[in-house]
Formats: sequence, C-alpha cells, structure tokens
Amino acid sequence: MFIINCPYCGKRDQVEFSCGGEAHIERPKQPTELSDDQWAEYLFMRKNIKGVQFERWNHTHGCRKWFNMVRDTSNDKIHATYKMGEKPPIK
Amino acid sequence: MSNELRINKNNFIDQTVRISFKFNGKKLFGFKGDTLASALLANDIHLVGRSFKYHRPRGIMTCGSEEPNAIVQIGSDPASTEPNVRATEIELYEGLEAFSQNCWPSVNFDVGGINNLLSPILPAGFYYKTFMWPASFWEKYEFFIRYSAGLGKSPTKADDDLYDHQYAHCDVLVIGGGISGVISAKLAVEKGLDTILIDDKNFLGGSTIYQDEESSKINNANSNQWLAREIESLKNYKNLVIKSRTSLAAFHGYNYLLAREALTDHLSVHERKNKIRQRLWKIRAQKVIIASGSIERPLIFNNNDRPGIILSSSIKKYIDYFGVKTGKNISLFTNNDSAYETAISLSKSGVNVNVIIDIRENSDSNIVKEAQKLGIKILWGHTIVETNGYKRIKSFEAMKLSSNGGNVVGNKIKFNSDCIGISGGWTPMVHLYTQSGGKLQFKSNDNIFIPDETKTPSEQISVGSCNGDFELDDVVNNTIYNVKKFISLDKSSYDKINVTCSKESSKKNIWLLPSDKPLYKTKPFLDFQNDSTAKDVKLALREGFKSIEHVKRYTTTGMGTDQGKLSNMHALGIIADTTGTNMGELGTTTFRPPYTPLTFGTIVGRNVGKFFDHTRKTAIHNWHVDNKAEFENVGQWKRPWYFPKNGETMHEAVQRESKAARESAGILDASTLGKIDIQGSDASEFLNRVYTNAWSKLAIGKCRYGLMLNEDGMVYDDGVTTRLAENHYIMTTTTGGAANVLSKLEDYLQTEWPELDVYLTTVTDQYSTISICGPNSKNIIKKIIPDLNLSDENFPHMSFKNSKIDGVNCRIMRISFTGEHSYEINIQSNYANDVWKACMDAGKEFNITPYGTETMHLLRAEKGFIITGQDTDGTLTPSDLQMDWIISKKKYDFIGKRSLYRSDTIREDRKQLVGLLTDDPKEVLEEGAQLVEDINKKPVEMLGHVTSSYYSPNLNKSIALAIVKSGKKMKGKKLIVPMEEKNINVTITDTVFYDKENKRLNA
Ligand SMILES: [Zn+2]
Repeated sequence: MFIINCPYCGKRDQVEFSCGGEAHIERPKQPTELSDDQWAEYLFMRKNIKGVQFERWNHTHGCRKWFNMVRDTSNDKIHATYKMGEKPPIK
Repeated sequence: MSNELRINKNNFIDQTVRISFKFNGKKLFGFKGDTLASALLANDIHLVGRSFKYHRPRGIMTCGSEEPNAIVQIGSDPASTEPNVRATEIELYEGLEAFSQNCWPSVNFDVGGINNLLSPILPAGFYYKTFMWPASFWEKYEFFIRYSAGLGKSPTKADDDLYDHQYAHCDVLVIGGGISGVISAKLAVEKGLDTILIDDKNFLGGSTIYQDEESSKINNANSNQWLAREIESLKNYKNLVIKSRTSLAAFHGYNYLLAREALTDHLSVHERKNKIRQRLWKIRAQKVIIASGSIERPLIFNNNDRPGIILSSSIKKYIDYFGVKTGKNISLFTNNDSAYETAISLSKSGVNVNVIIDIRENSDSNIVKEAQKLGIKILWGHTIVETNGYKRIKSFEAMKLSSNGGNVVGNKIKFNSDCIGISGGWTPMVHLYTQSGGKLQFKSNDNIFIPDETKTPSEQISVGSCNGDFELDDVVNNTIYNVKKFISLDKSSYDKINVTCSKESSKKNIWLLPSDKPLYKTKPFLDFQNDSTAKDVKLALREGFKSIEHVKRYTTTGMGTDQGKLSNMHALGIIADTTGTNMGELGTTTFRPPYTPLTFGTIVGRNVGKFFDHTRKTAIHNWHVDNKAEFENVGQWKRPWYFPKNGETMHEAVQRESKAARESAGILDASTLGKIDIQGSDASEFLNRVYTNAWSKLAIGKCRYGLMLNEDGMVYDDGVTTRLAENHYIMTTTTGGAANVLSKLEDYLQTEWPELDVYLTTVTDQYSTISICGPNSKNIIKKIIPDLNLSDENFPHMSFKNSKIDGVNCRIMRISFTGEHSYEINIQSNYANDVWKACMDAGKEFNITPYGTETMHLLRAEKGFIITGQDTDGTLTPSDLQMDWIISKKKYDFIGKRSLYRSDTIREDRKQLVGLLTDDPKEVLEEGAQLVEDINKKPVEMLGHVTSSYYSPNLNKSIALAIVKSGKKMKGKKLIVPMEEKNINVTITDTVFYDKENKRLNA
C-alpha cells in the first residue's frame, strides 16, 4: 500500500486514490481528421512498462483532483507526483 | 498433582494454578503458562493426529508456529469452533476443549490408516493421476477424498465474537521479542524514537530467556539473566509500546504491515464475554527491524515421523521453559552443536540422555566438551536408518555413514528410546523480508537463504538469526552495530558489551540421509503435514518437473497450513542434489502472507452484517416499509421492487401495478436516479461534448433526453437533462451509474478540457424525485399545486416549471419513462416524505397505485425504452440500439463520435436491439436465453440473447427485447429460443410494443 503525495493535499494512504492508467495521452483535438488506425492508437494502445512509468491518478476519496505520478512498476517506488498540465519533473 | 514428567524448577509456569482441559473428551490438567502441547506432553500424550494422506500416527513435533502435526479443532460450539489450531501456540485456559483432526473414528483407531498399507500406490501426483480421470468421475471421488482428508470442521453458525481493526503509526517497528529484538527496541528508544515491539508469545525473550548456561555470558551474567534485566529496563521508556501475543501477518510495500493481536484467546470462556477477541493492527512504520529468528530443521531419514520424534530445540524449550520432560529415555540425532545444548539441559534436569547420534566426524567446541564431561555418549559419523514403534517411538537403529555420506556401512546398532530429538541446523525466518520485496542470497557454508542487503527495500533491516547469525556473540554484536547504523545512533548503553559463548567448529549437512534399505522401501518424510516424502520429490524430478514451484505443487510439499516452514529447505536441497544444481540458483518458492493463518473474523473486523456495505435509503423509505414493499438492491440503494397486496405473488402485484399506471395513476419513488448540478458559462458547450445530441439550442425550461458514450462509441449512460437557466442545467443519470458518470465528467473537465468554465456538483441525496404517471396524473398534480397552469400550451411534454408545494420550492418536470402523461416532482429531500403522502391522499380518488422497479421496467419495455446495463452491456453503439436519431450529424465532436464510423462499428452484422414476440402469447421468455435460427446445423450458431422479458397486462401478451446479429434487417423473421425442455418459437418485431404514435403522452 503506497503512501501517495497528492499535489493538493499532501501524503495520504493509497486507499484514498484510484489509478487512471497511462499519463500524457492527449485526446486528439480533431478526431475526425484521423484514420481508423490513428484513432485506434489513441483509443486502445497503452504501454505496460516494467520500470519507470507515467500514470494518471485521482484523489477519489479526498480532493477528487486528477494528477500525474512517476512510478517504477518493478518496485513500486514513486519518484514524483505533479499537477495535470505540468511537465514531468523526471524524464 | 504428582506428575513424573514435570520438573519443579522454572519461572515461566505457575504451578500453583491448575487448569483443567479436555483432549478428545478426556479430562486432563495442566498449569497456567502451559500451551496445549506442553500440557499434553506433561500428560505423556504424544499421539495427537493422523497424517493427511497415509493417516500415520503423528505426534507433537515442535513448540511453535512451524508445527506440522499437532493441528487440533478447538471447541464444539457450532459458532465458535475453530479448526487447524496449532496445539503448540494455543495457551491453556480453563475449560479448553480440543480434538484431533484428520482421524476417524478416533486417533487411536483410524480407518484411513489403511492408506499407509496402500502407500506404494499413493505416490506423488497420485490425486492428479487417478482422480482426475475420467473427469466425470471427480464428483464421485471427491466425496470420499474430502471425507477422509478431514482438514477440520468449519463452524456452521455465524461467529459471535467481536473483532477489531486499528491503525498505528511509529518511527520504528521491531518484529520479534527475542534477544536481537529487545536490543533493537532498546537502541531505538534510547535514540528517542517512537517504537513498537511486537512478539507472538505472551512473554518476551525468545529462546535466550531460558538459556541458562555457564558457557554463554553477556557482561559476565548468564545470557538469560542479562536479557531478563534488559526486558525489565524497557518498561521505563514512554516512547515504547510492547505488544505481546501479537503476530505479524503481512509485510507490504511502503512499510505497511498487518499484525494480529490475540486479546482473549488465552482466557477462559466466561472471562471473554463482551471483549474483543482479536485485533488487526494496520501499522505504518518509518523503519522496520525484523528480528523474527529462525526455526530448527528436522533431519530427513527413514520413518522420521513417529510420535516422540521432536525437534531438539523444542525438547529444550519443553524442559527449560515449561518444565516438561518429553520422554524418560531421550536420544538426540544431529548435524550441529545445538543438540548438545538440549542434551545438557536434559541431563541437568535429571532426564537420561541415551546417546547423541552425530553425522559429523567430530567436534571439539566447548559445548560438546561440556556434554562429554557430563558423561553423555556420542556416536560420531553415524546416522539413524530405521525407527520402530507405531503410536510412539520405542527404538531405533543407527549405522555408520560411508566416507562420502551417500551410504551406510558396518553393523546396525539398536537403541531403545521413547523420544528422539532431531536437529538439522537452522533456517532463518525470511518470510516477512521477502513479502516486503527483499531478495535473498544463499550462504552455502550454513545452507541458508538470508537477506541480500544490496537488494533490500529501504528503511528496513533484518537482525539476529533471521539474518543468519546463530551464535550469541554474533547475534548481539551484529545487532547492535547494524541497528545503530540503521537509526543513526552514535552512542548507546551497549557500547562496551562483552559476549562469550561456545563456537561451533565443524559443520556437515546431508539433505537426505541414507538407509541400508533402498530408497523405495523407506519413508523419509519431508512435509509432515502433507505427507510428502523425499521419494515423491525424486519421482517428480524423474517425471520431468524442474521448477521448484512445479515440484511443490505436484508433490504438495510445503502446501499445508504450515506453508512448509519445516520442509521447504530440504525439498530444495534434495532437488539441488538430484539435479546437480546449486541451491542458490534454484531459488525458493514464493512466501505469501499471512505468515500464520488468520481467522476470517480478524480480516473483516467490524465490517460484518449491516456494516458490510453502506445501505442507501430514500427519504420515502419508511413509507415503503410501512406499505409492505419488497425491496431490490440497486447498487447500494434499497429500492421498492413491488408492493404486494393481500398475499399477491410478485407476478400478480406487477400485473396490477402496471395496469393501474396505464388506466388511472401510478406513483414511483425515483429518488435514486443520479442528479448532477451543472453550472458555468460553458455548461452548454460541455453538454454538447459529452452527449451525442445537440444542446446549445435547448430553451431554458426545456428537458432533453441524452445518450452518453464511451470514447469507444459504446453506450455508457442515459438520462434527461433540464436547462434551468442560461448557464445552469440539472442532469439525471441511471441509479447505478451516478458515481461513475460524475467521475468521468470530472476527468474530462480536469484533464482534457480545463479551459471550460463548468462546475459539477452531485445533488442526488439533496433532491428526491416523485414520479406520477397515467391519465389521471394531471388531475392529481392539479390538486396538489392548484395555481400551476398544466395546459399543454403552458406546460408541454419535455419541459419544467419552478413551483411551490405548501410554500416549499420544487421543480416539476413533465417527462415520461412509461409513455404515459406524467410528472416528476423534485423537492428537497427532507420534504419528500410529506409530499409523497400528499400525492397519495390527492390520488386516492383516482386509485393512485405505488409501483416499484419491476413495474417501471415492464412499462418502459412496452414502450421499447432501453435500460443501460440491462439491454446494453458496453458493446452496443446507439446505432446498434436503433437510436440513430439521437446522433447529431452537425456536431464536430463529442465523446465517442470518431468511434461510430470505425470499420468495426459500421459493420451491418453487429448485434442489434430488436423486439421479440412469442408465437404463444402466454409464453414468457427467460432473460439471457439464447436465440438461434437453425437448431439442426451443428454447431448451432448463437445469434443473440434476450435482454428484457415480461408479460404485458396492457397488451395481454408476452413481450421481450433482445440483441440479435443483423437484427435490424430481420423484422418478421422467425427464430428459436432453445430451452432445456422445449424450443420456443419467436418472431422479431419492432422494439415499440405499445402506443407507437405516442398519443398517451398528451392524453
Ligand atoms: Zn488531494
């Protein structure tokens, strides 16, 4: 069970949060311009990394804000959390 | 009480307090401080159970949580009886009743013992090979296997006991109250850290606390005396919490640990009343120090499982701690020095030590010399090849080991003994360490796996014998050094500590000891609880199993309730020896929580009965209860399902309610529908993006039905949204979807469209909704709100009016889910019950009939309205539902739009929603029933299934909705619904069965 540092509330137990999958996938601004394959790439394709992964998380049972997290999936170490729209502090 | 097996010299057992208990119905006595096992041994009872597969007699083998044999059923009360309790762990209390498990009819005469004679035909994988074929016979075998396997009896009534959960936060958690744990805790509190020390026993001190020997000294005191003073000194520290009788169950990431505190299990039954039985601690620790110790290994030799064969260190604990002799003429069998400590303890207590069989060639350590000085006979370089005695060991035979240890040579020497202490070295308890994600390294000189400090998760260390230190000086000195470093402590009261002890000078290990008989004629048990032998492991290897995880499952080695605490290392060793691999490369099996079994009560705590889940009730709930509603669970909501009158069946009630709603007036509590208040200057644009239809032009005061998709184009939720003001809407969602819809909308607002000025607030609980439908609904509303102009011109279908009922603001929507002329009153929830009653009073003359969800479903099905989640399942597009009319062609984008013309979503042979009529109008289809066209063509092609089905009292026939492949093009086509007893003929129709012209909306 992680301790997650919500960028708005501070450190809280993992039970207050839910994970929303891979981060930094922007919804296409002009979906109608896209081919089936391009749209499918946005819709279905997600990375499943062993190692450092960028994820969306929601403080569901807290401030209800969405934010991003850098987590190493191999050891669950959380390297950083940061607000939506901000650049990841780690590459 | 005179008892020749009790000695009268120790500080741990209160021999002034006699406790009576029953074992297999026989009344016995023990003392305060005994475990069930020590009390049984003091009564000369070794035989406590039968083994799992061969039903061989088995005795108490250990004194702790690793016990494989002494597994008992406690109590006979159907609510509180508990199976699989280790007799070595349960503290004796007045009135304790224990029973042997896995024996029938009794432990002394066991029918299953015949399996022992059949054992040549019960090899590894026997269950897989025999009972799994033919598969259809499994049901027949299963009864006999389960009956004779007998893993205890489950309680048959609800557990009356109270269980608790509690959180704890600390700077340092020390796991284990042995000498290294006590030293660690002392260092932590000296540093001023908030510390919790937990230990599973009722008494701190581990095995050192009864280690009263001249050869092991700390600061010139015997180690037990030194430790007792240290434990006493801990009481002075306010920043230390000591939790005894608390065992660690799980060590998760981020130093989150679960521990079970047993609060009343040691009390007599009448002292337990109204007390919490066990508490689950959820601990967050900044730092964790694991001092979980080690357990002694057995030796693997022929017939090593007879009652009376006990781990050597356990014999020592029984004599030194409990004051119980485990036999009168005891022999020891060892490959290391620790058995000599036992020999010395026994000798000092006046127990005859017959012989020590040592597989080593010699040893000249101090402790061996001390034993020799006491006149104890040692047979070097020998092994036991056979043991005798069915229900209790009587004698054994030893032979000399060949020089390479692979065989035995010379003559057999026979010894009489009623107890053999065995010691195969020590296994560090690394379970908790590996649970937390730590990786192990193999230390070959001791044949042990220990924590690899380069691969240890941060903020934890292991100290003492769980870290591979077995001798007192190493334990003490390394613990002090490592803990000081770990908590950054410069100086401590231990800095000038002086430890002396006997040092082991020679080591020898043979995983599978040879016998003069060939292996196939011997029974060298590995896993005593699951009855797997070294032969089984070798057979599995011959049959091609290589991975340790596979061998484990095939032979069931290590799969008992003890999780192989005694057997895993030997299994690994034998695999390594047989296959010529290095044990370090083989690795271990995975250690999973819980470390020792937990009761379900402890896991669930207070979350039982009505606390299991939240129950949501509407403001009108009590009226429904008073009026005998049957309820249905919808999510967490309790919704009236139907209101039976005068003993009506559900069918009768629903038929009556449905007819009344169409003929005069029906009333429904629709408060559970999700309600989201949407405000902001971009509210219209926001709705444009989340619904498939257009919203910008919806006039203030008007309502519109909307369909919400997922980005993949599949229908997600639906409901009516009303424009209350220029920048103010109220959206309704399905009951079950309310929370998810809000989350989804928030997600889009926060992450994709942060530029939109929109605010979402859930008001589901704040407003209640009363829906009145039917031709007389207008007359009823007129009576309640006389000054509201209900003319179609002023208040048409799909519009809303602000109004007042008895001075209370309310919103009246003229919307309909039944196809009837109807109104929804939305009012602050604390007034809803009164308004409902007012509606009932006003409607009395019109036979206003309350109806529940079932009638609501029936009425909407007559109109062909879908229920998302019933007629849809996340695989249907609006077009699949024949709802193309709701897709805006003009809007550039909305959630899911692009997916609506992917190559897959435009396929014409997708499953599509249709109506169904049965050829026999009385025949009601089962929801979920399959639809086929040709019953004779094999395999029969499944075209779809029934999603909704009812008998319509208003049409006097059965109606159904279904999804069918290419259904849109199939109107008029005949299909078959094959059921177990008959095939039902159906015809595909339009989805609207009733009032296709929507005349009744304005009736
Ligand atoms: Zn937050």
